[in-house]
Amino acid sequence: MIDTPSVDWLALSPTVALLCASGVALLATVIVPAWMRRGIAAATALAGFVVAAVLAGIVFDETPTPEILLDGSMVRDQLAAFAQVVLAVTGAVVVLVSWSEDRRDNHGEYYALLAAAGAGMVFFVGAENLMTLFLGLEWFSLCLYILVAIDSERETSLEAGLKYLIVGGFGSAVLLFGAAFVYGATGELSFAEIAVADTTSDAFLLTGLAMILAGLAFKVSAAPFHMWTPDVYQGAPSSVTAFMAAATKTAALVVTLRVLVTAFPDQSEIWTIAVAVLVCASLVWGNLAALAQSDVKRLLAYSSISHAGFMLMAIAANSERGGEALLYYLVPYTAMSVGAFAVVAARERELGRPVTLESLAGLGWERPWHGIAMWTFMLGMAGFPLTGGMFGKLFVFSAAYDSGDWWLVLVGVAATAVSLAYYLNVVRWMYMRTGPELRLVPAGGSPPRDSALSVAIGAGVLVTVGSFFAVQPILDVAADAAASLPF
Amino acid sequence: MLTTALILLPVVGALVVAATPLPRATTAGLAFLVALMEVALWIVAASRFDFDDGGLQLGTSREWAESFGISYSVGFYGFSLWLTGAAVIVSAAAIGYAVWVGRDRPRAYHALMLLLTGAMVATFAAQDLLLFYVSFEAMLIPLYVLVGVWGGARRQVATLTFVVYTMAGSLLMLASVVAFGVTQGTFSLTESGTSDNVWIFLGFAIAFAIKAPLFPFHGWLPLAYREAPVEVAAVLSAVVSKTAIYGFLRIGVPKFPEPADDLSGVILVLAAAGLVYGSLLAFRAPDLRGVVAYSSIAQMGLITLGVFAFDDLGLDGAVLQSVAHGLVSASMFLLVGMVEHRCGTGQLASLGGMARGRPVLATVVLVAGMIALAVPGSATFAGEFLIMAGVYGQGWGYSAVVALGIVLAAMYTLRVISAILHVEPGVAVRDEALDLRTSELALVLPMMLVLLVLSAWPALVSESAFPANNATQAVLEAFR
Repeated sequence: MIDTPSVDWLALSPTVALLCASGVALLATVIVPAWMRRGIAAATALAGFVVAAVLAGIVFDETPTPEILLDGSMVRDQLAAFAQVVLAVTGAVVVLVSWSEDRRDNHGEYYALLAAAGAGMVFFVGAENLMTLFLGLEWFSLCLYILVAIDSERETSLEAGLKYLIVGGFGSAVLLFGAAFVYGATGELSFAEIAVADTTSDAFLLTGLAMILAGLAFKVSAAPFHMWTPDVYQGAPSSVTAFMAAATKTAALVVTLRVLVTAFPDQSEIWTIAVAVLVCASLVWGNLAALAQSDVKRLLAYSSISHAGFMLMAIAANSERGGEALLYYLVPYTAMSVGAFAVVAARERELGRPVTLESLAGLGWERPWHGIAMWTFMLGMAGFPLTGGMFGKLFVFSAAYDSGDWWLVLVGVAATAVSLAYYLNVVRWMYMRTGPELRLVPAGGSPPRDSALSVAIGAGVLVTVGSFFAVQPILDVAADAAASLPF
Repeated sequence: MLTTALILLPVVGALVVAATPLPRATTAGLAFLVALMEVALWIVAASRFDFDDGGLQLGTSREWAESFGISYSVGFYGFSLWLTGAAVIVSAAAIGYAVWVGRDRPRAYHALMLLLTGAMVATFAAQDLLLFYVSFEAMLIPLYVLVGVWGGARRQVATLTFVVYTMAGSLLMLASVVAFGVTQGTFSLTESGTSDNVWIFLGFAIAFAIKAPLFPFHGWLPLAYREAPVEVAAVLSAVVSKTAIYGFLRIGVPKFPEPADDLSGVILVLAAAGLVYGSLLAFRAPDLRGVVAYSSIAQMGLITLGVFAFDDLGLDGAVLQSVAHGLVSASMFLLVGMVEHRCGTGQLASLGGMARGRPVLATVVLVAGMIALAVPGSATFAGEFLIMAGVYGQGWGYSAVVALGIVLAAMYTLRVISAILHVEPGVAVRDEALDLRTSELALVLPMMLVLLVLSAWPALVSESAFPANNATQAVLEAFR
């Protein structure tokens, strides 16, 4: 008789809900007649994400103190639950974005993979040892590799999928190698045990730490591990890009925070510097490169690199305040990036070709709601008031200043100044140029009504602006979540 | 509640205007009505205000992000109430002017103008550092689009320079806001103490110096004032620039007494240099807007001299001059717009001789000009005199520069008056160009009347800006 560990099903329920949704969506491709597939698969995925969000909310509510599950392989705490809510809501909105996306007959597979990727991320943020960390990472990465390449009739999609596979695979390998070093140095897999273990070799431990950080930085797409980001974001279907920009980054950042704080508290002097270097590199490179972009998806990709820099700044602070700032930042950030990619997707479907800055001309006047929404997202990303983006930056800067990294604040301020140039450029193209002036012709008349997409964009605007006015409730929740880490 | 209503009325008005599909004229009329209601609301606020009491009045405070020490706190002091008064009057006149000109895309245009009004009022009312930052920044969003969409031929360059300059300042200010708030543990202006950190002060000072603008941070100004729609330029020079003065009076000086004192020499010299430099450029400017724009640099230098005189008279004068200059420069810009509308150009070389057969225009331009050049007996003269007397304590040289500034003001103002009204009729002045219409007159006349009242009774503002004859103490101690 083998002893089985007791399983806390409630803690695993968000993952299970998404896996079920994924399975049902996949079954739908086989047993449901073709004309119903899209609707059933999408509805299943949507239901899965919504149920996962609700369950994660219940877990958040019922987990005042962290509990270690499954023989130290998973953790049930408010940090994981917070991230799971963000991830699941993001996933639900992405389902709405992709609802009427045009693709060949592989809707079932698409939604199955989306839900499975969501399940992987939801699992990943609850990882408590190096094995589950790697398992979760590969789980959602594999789904994303296929999702990026799912429009296989488009060459760019395939190319992006291949690039992501190679670079992502390399990143995972680095992480795994790092995990091996850490295990070798400490003889432990669990984060909490690594923190207290007697190390046999500091060199091995530090090498391992560096490699784990690098592997996670690939997923966060922080410079200098960002090379894949622009190409993949540009080539992938817009809804997948939205999912990657928002959800992958959320999951990877939360796990980075958890790993560094729980497993390597004694090395914090070293890793805070390493993270600060990542911050500077991401802010400088992301913002400068974004200036030169004409393709809007590439521009947003570089912008997401710079946002990775801002959020890592909160991790570099290595304080509870920093954790709080990161978690707050994630809320408006995910809303803004999903929303912005949703507007791009809408324009893409209308014009039938990739969206460049030029093809945004006149959008603000022709589609006033999309224009105002995009305006909100751009201002939010630039950290203007009346959007949560401003508070995100404020909290991150406060955390950095509080930890004595005043120079990081100055770097962040300079980066924000540069970023204005390209965010406002988008606004400029939408409002200060007009379509007829540039002879833009929609692919076929006025765009079809797409209420699902409008709901998605509306949700993005609501959260972006709402997180400005309702700061305190979000901050309270973020503070609870951050308190589950041993700062 | 009244203060919140003053902030929210234009904002809600903006949303209604933007969201309701009404005919052009109705939209514009609705916006104008909201702006007039805002003026009425301000009058109610002023009538309930006790000018003898130096404390914060009509205040409201709500929790916002209390774990970071951020709250929604608003309220007025005497001087900020006066600045707000100028703001709402100028906004109403500007919106009225836009109605009269019939700007394109009226829903978007008027919504943005009302939003700008709300942001300006919120800036003057803010009693929380973060709320101040938010409102200060929020002004930029409508301004960016107003200049960029409805501006002149070189509007895109103008907006770019404007935004780059302003945001550079704002972001420095953000860094300072973070540093100040985190060190103090609260962002509330009424609860926080003082700081002696020069760097934090510099972040604020540079942001205000750009917004004002003070020499040598004025690079964005000529282009922005020339390319903006004329009523937006009026708001920029009349009100937006005064938010910087409010910033100095409410944050820069009271929260950083030592750094402000240490650096006051530099600021005074720069302000004096700006006064002379702006006046000279105004004298050399080839076009109407150039004259008004550069004279704004000069006037902002003058007002800053008054603030950093650290003297009762100087501070009273700075507030009086802020209000008076706001009304004068708004009137001047609107008149410039009316002249440009008639002649199709603002180049002084092509203008002239407009007084003949246009008595109303001639009278109004002359009166506005006389007040602008601070003819003795006018409100601006009172303001400039107070500043001159106040700054004497910092060195007689500054007073001499102020006197020189008054002389130069006379020179450039008289030059522009005669270039419009007198000499030979210019090539751009056609006989068909009519005198001012009643509706145009109705836009400028209220501001002129307020100016005349202030000319007769400058003490209305200067004696009630700060608690009785104790401005220095108020700014340095009570605002802490």
